[in-house]
Parts: sequence; C-alpha cells; structure tokens
Amino acid sequence: MSDVIRMTNVTKKYIKQTALKDISLTVPIGKIIGVVGGNGSGKSTLLKLMSGLSLPTSGSVTVNGEKANRKTGKVVSYSSELSSFYPIFTVREAMRFQASQFVDFNLAKAEEIMKLMRLDPHMKVKALSKGNRGRLQIVLTLAREAPYILMDEPLSGLDPMVRESIVKGMISYVDLKSQTLIMTSHEVAEIETLIDSFIALKDGSLLKMADVEELHETEALRIADWMKKAYI
Amino acid sequence: MDEFNASKPIYLQLADRIHRQIISGELKAGEKLPSIRDMGLKFNMNPNTVQRTYSELEREGILETKRGQGTFVSERQDRLIHQRDKLKQEQIEQFVRVMREMGYSAAEILSGLKEYLNNVEKGDE
Repeated sequence: MSDVIRMTNVTKKYIKQTALKDISLTVPIGKIIGVVGGNGSGKSTLLKLMSGLSLPTSGSVTVNGEKANRKTGKVVSYSSELSSFYPIFTVREAMRFQASQFVDFNLAKAEEIMKLMRLDPHMKVKALSKGNRGRLQIVLTLAREAPYILMDEPLSGLDPMVRESIVKGMISYVDLKSQTLIMTSHEVAEIETLIDSFIALKDGSLLKMADVEELHETEALRIADWMKKAYI
Repeated sequence: MDEFNASKPIYLQLADRIHRQIISGELKAGEKLPSIRDMGLKFNMNPNTVQRTYSELEREGILETKRGQGTFVSERQDRLIHQRDKLKQEQIEQFVRVMREMGYSAAEILSGLKEYLNNVEKGDE
C-alpha cells in the first residue's frame, strides 16, 4: 500500500514562524478531501509540502512511496491560489502549453471542461475576468490525469455561480477510482457534501482528520458547527 | 447543501429521499436512476456518498444494479410494499413517542389525529 501521500512528524519552519508542527497523516487514492482552518493555520504550506514545492524542516513527506521533491510534480497536479498564467496566451494556448509541460495532460478532457466552464478558447488570458481565470485554472489542473490533484482555495473570492460550476467540474472530472482531490477552502458549508474527509489545522497543528459522515453520525454536526466548538 | 442537514449522515438522507420518491410513485418500479455521477452533480454531492446510498438501497432490495446498464428501482413489489409499511411505522413511532413524552393519552392522540385529518381533508376539497 504505497499509493498514498504520507506525512510523518512533519514540521515546517520559516525564519520568523513555525508554519506546521509535527503533522502525521495519510491520504489514500479515491477521496475528496478538504483542508480547513483559519488564516495562517498552515493550509497552503501543507499543500506545498505534499506537492514537493516546499521541503519540510523535519519529518518526512512521501508520495507513492517516494520522498516529495521537485519531481513530485509528475504525480501531483497542483494549483496555487495566485496563479500566474501567461497573459498573452489565449485560453487554448494556455491549455496547449500545459499539455507540453505535463505528459498526463489530457487535451481532449481539457476541451470538455473548458466547454462546461463556458470559456472562450480564443480569449486572451489577460482579458479574462477573475471568475474566468478561476475557471481556467480548474481546466488546467483537472485535465491532468495525475493521481493527486491539489488545489489551494479554488473557490475563494469567486461568485456563487462560478463556485458552483467549479464544484460541478470537480464531480464530473475527478476520477475517484484513480485520483484523489485535496483542496483548501474557507467555504466550509459549500464543500460539506462534496468532501469525504477533512483535515482541520489550527496554528500549524493537526486538530482533527475525520470523515465528514462520521461527524454527522457521531456528533450530528456540520463542519462549520464543529469548527466553532473546536477553534475557541 | 440546503436540502441536507447534519442530523443524519448525508448518504442516509439521500436514501430517505429516494425512498420517498418511490413511495409517492415519482419513481416507478423498474425505472432507471441517474448515474452516480449525475446524481452527484444534481446535489453537488461526492460520488462516493451517492455510491454508498445506492449500495445501501441495493442491500435493502429497493434498487438493483444491472451490469453495464445502470441502477434501477426494483421490480419486486413485495419489497417496495414492505418498505412503504416500514416507513409508515417509523413515522408513527416517532410521532407517538413525542406525544407520549408530553403526556397525551392514547385516546387523546387518536381523537386529535382524527380531528386533524378531517380538517385537512375538508381543506383539500
């Protein structure tokens, strides 16, 4: 069973603060997982460590049995909150560029998601609205057939219609037989029915990792209600 | 999310919903259900959750999955009738328990229910 992302006693320190403290957890294939917690709780750092874009100060992060590093990008499709696309590209050129960078990028799938998202392939990236940039990011990230898809705040700052189309894109195009989606989100209520499990971080520590249905079954609480109690 | 609450696992709430649709005749015996993905899209729900609902209802004999064709409402009327009775029983039990807790007698519950139903029926006409 090496097809997992495994973090063992992971601590990440920056010069002035500790972003993550002694995190141990395992994420298998076939799940949609939400990473929740307040600002500065370490959500983005967690995703960067899982994708190999950042290295732990101590402890280990392995993806499918291999130590996470720059090469991890082959099996992890990562999108950050503030992505810089290439502004002079058109939407379709951005897709083709992504295809040239990643062998697992499925251009036909990208075209399909693009249609679902109602993006104009000839539109220049720099001319896209914020909502449409968010949609393009979904296209570029979900069209990769990587086992792990990591998205940092894919819903944040977007209007409800865009958020809904992104959620539908995730349900349609993440293949839970072979993929896992991990996303950070402030929109806890919105992802409640979408995710299998959640990872709750507080001040860089792991507060809880559990199945959402377990929370409903044992405590009859929504994630947001549980957080109100747990984050005092 | 508005349609679901935290009082009960979401996969069971979806199962309840399908039960109700079958009992009300909205879903008929032998009718095909949406695919797992389409059902997920309808409620913005995780396909794993929908899968769990379908599996649970198959276990109860309410749904049947035919290989390569999809998931269907069972043709077995006895199963559906049984389910209809079971749901009725559950609702009655819950109602009676609450009434008893508040100290109403069997006679009071019965007369109150009769009166209520008569009024509702008059209202319907």
